[in-house]
Amino acid sequence: MIYQGKQKIWADYQKEIPDDHWFYVRSCIRQNFFPASEKMMLEICRNVLGKDFYETEHHTTCGGIAYHCDTIPQETVMTIVARQFALMTEAGYENYVASCITSFGNYLEILETWNEFPELETRIRELLWKSCRREFNRPKYIAHASDLIYKYRNEIASKARFHLVNKETGEPLKVVEHIGCHYSKMFPSKGVGGAEYPYVLCGMIESWGGNVIDYPERRHCCGYGFRQYHIKANRGYSISNTHKKFESMEPYHPDMIITNCPGCPYFLDRWQYAISEMEGKTYGGNGYGIPVLTYEEVAGLVLGYDPWDLGLQLHQVAVEPLLDKMGIQYDPETKYKGINNKDLLRPELPGILKCC
Amino acid sequence: MKENIIIIGGGIAGLEAAGQLIRLGYNPIIIEKEDHLGGHVADWNCLFPDMSSAEELVSKLIKNAAEANIFTNTEILFINRLKDNYNVMLSNGISIIARVVLFATGFKLFEAAKKEEYGYGIYDKVITNRDLEHWFNTGDDSRIDTDEMEAIGFVHCVGSRDEKAKNPQCSKVCCITAVKQAIEMKQKFPQARIYCFYMDLRMFGKKYEDFYISAQRDYGIRFIRGRVSEVSENIDGKVIVKAEDTLAGKPVKVTLDLLVLMSGMVCNPDSTKVAGMVALPADTDGFLKSRDNIADITSSPKDGIFYAGACTGPKTIPETLAEARTAALNIHTYLQ
Repeated sequence: MIYQGKQKIWADYQKEIPDDHWFYVRSCIRQNFFPASEKMMLEICRNVLGKDFYETEHHTTCGGIAYHCDTIPQETVMTIVARQFALMTEAGYENYVASCITSFGNYLEILETWNEFPELETRIRELLWKSCRREFNRPKYIAHASDLIYKYRNEIASKARFHLVNKETGEPLKVVEHIGCHYSKMFPSKGVGGAEYPYVLCGMIESWGGNVIDYPERRHCCGYGFRQYHIKANRGYSISNTHKKFESMEPYHPDMIITNCPGCPYFLDRWQYAISEMEGKTYGGNGYGIPVLTYEEVAGLVLGYDPWDLGLQLHQVAVEPLLDKMGIQYDPETKYKGINNKDLLRPELPGILKCC
Repeated sequence: MKENIIIIGGGIAGLEAAGQLIRLGYNPIIIEKEDHLGGHVADWNCLFPDMSSAEELVSKLIKNAAEANIFTNTEILFINRLKDNYNVMLSNGISIIARVVLFATGFKLFEAAKKEEYGYGIYDKVITNRDLEHWFNTGDDSRIDTDEMEAIGFVHCVGSRDEKAKNPQCSKVCCITAVKQAIEMKQKFPQARIYCFYMDLRMFGKKYEDFYISAQRDYGIRFIRGRVSEVSENIDGKVIVKAEDTLAGKPVKVTLDLLVLMSGMVCNPDSTKVAGMVALPADTDGFLKSRDNIADITSSPKDGIFYAGACTGPKTIPETLAEARTAALNIHTYLQ
């Protein structure tokens, strides 16, 4: 592989990301699966880096899941998005950052559609006014939250207590990076690094000491696919995509997977359990799986936050082997303790996939 | 005293035109920006479909043009119109005045790295048609491991017929070149499985169809109708190609030891730059625009400026040589 060839492509796909004053919107589903990710995003951006990040409890879903599941028409999702933009305008912000990759793709697609069909934008403005008496300005800039962590990656590296390095051997960790399909496959120029060799997570991994693995199915979808998962009869297709990715990355023995989408880490994490039950196979060492983390979780680990405050106990695949590799201290006794040391009970352990 | 004719470009079009103009009693002056004559053909090995030697053709053309004034490693700084003449200033400080300028500036090959999904310049085993011709000539390319050549692939239409690459036109000669190179690789590596991934097979020329049939019947080349969607690299360094087999109606995935991208002909930006000095128009495909694409392709819209070869669009070698002769004759008629 010729690394300089990728660097040339990355140079073509850089974007000028504003530094500060962001209107932050959350994902519908991330907080259920990775509860501390969004909290950590705000914690890092506001408290560690001193940036201005605003969020309002009045914002809603962007409608992306329903849109991609074909359950609502396009005008509806556009009006929902118009309301989100109205909230941003009312709060006095111009820079809009979405926690969810599907949202990011949804916003870009809608703005691009309005560029091509201005009469549609006019209609949506009317619909928004009729439905909730709001008006909006278009955001000056739309980013995905991983774009911002990418932008701040060197500042995070300078404050890092841990690195993506195996403490025993001194070798960089072998990291698989998985980018959500809606990040750059739709609009390659809007993604850092483009569609074929996105750099947004590679940049973080390299800044924080790791080595990126390029395996054959790197670009392949994780298998979420909305209709592939939400319709029960299609779930076999969904898991087959994930299975294909794991079979492809297995020879490289990755230490971890880092992703930037709500659905992707969920499926890459949970399907390892399903694959182990169906096929009797695991992909990490010694019967463990390959830990799958969000970029906020990795940023939090690197900055030295307690793994249990990062919500890592909610992952299916055990993260303890990774924490041990990185030399991160953790207390196994407090893993399932809640606020005021309340006992949260223990989840049932799978039969084949080794968990802690 | 023989009249000067300025020929921009020392490729086969420029050389053939020079040879003809010498016989017609003129003094052609060839200006070539590279350090050698023969243009792209000088880098090629065998020419389809007869597999005749490119080197012999180029040598013959150079010999026929030996009496011409030839400037290599020389570029055009500017051209301007002076009454009935053109004043051409060269980068070596020489200025030439002539009534006629012949553009034989040829083409450029599409930069295969722009088709990012094919991994040229990223994966070790992905090369272009030009790289392969160079290897046929010199045997020198570390990407081609002669000990491990079990499967080879060719991708047609790289950068051609491609809206995303901003190049909708067909490059004409890539299909037959792919067939030729596939046959040559099969001759060198008889045990190898060879795939050609194509959209359409454009076998328009004399004996091309026979060549294509021979590729299948005698050499067992596998032609798969469908586009390649992505190329990746496995842990052994081999390339994995995902494509669509539209005739079988299913996706295919093959692991190859070498993938050859058929980069197409695109307009030469140097050509456009020099043409711009005298306000010569470019056509919608980026190539130079002739006075009449059917009846007068070797004449430009401006008096005293003529075209020959691939500067007006993708051409085969016979077409290029024929246009060079036509241009020479048109120049002769114009000057009489």
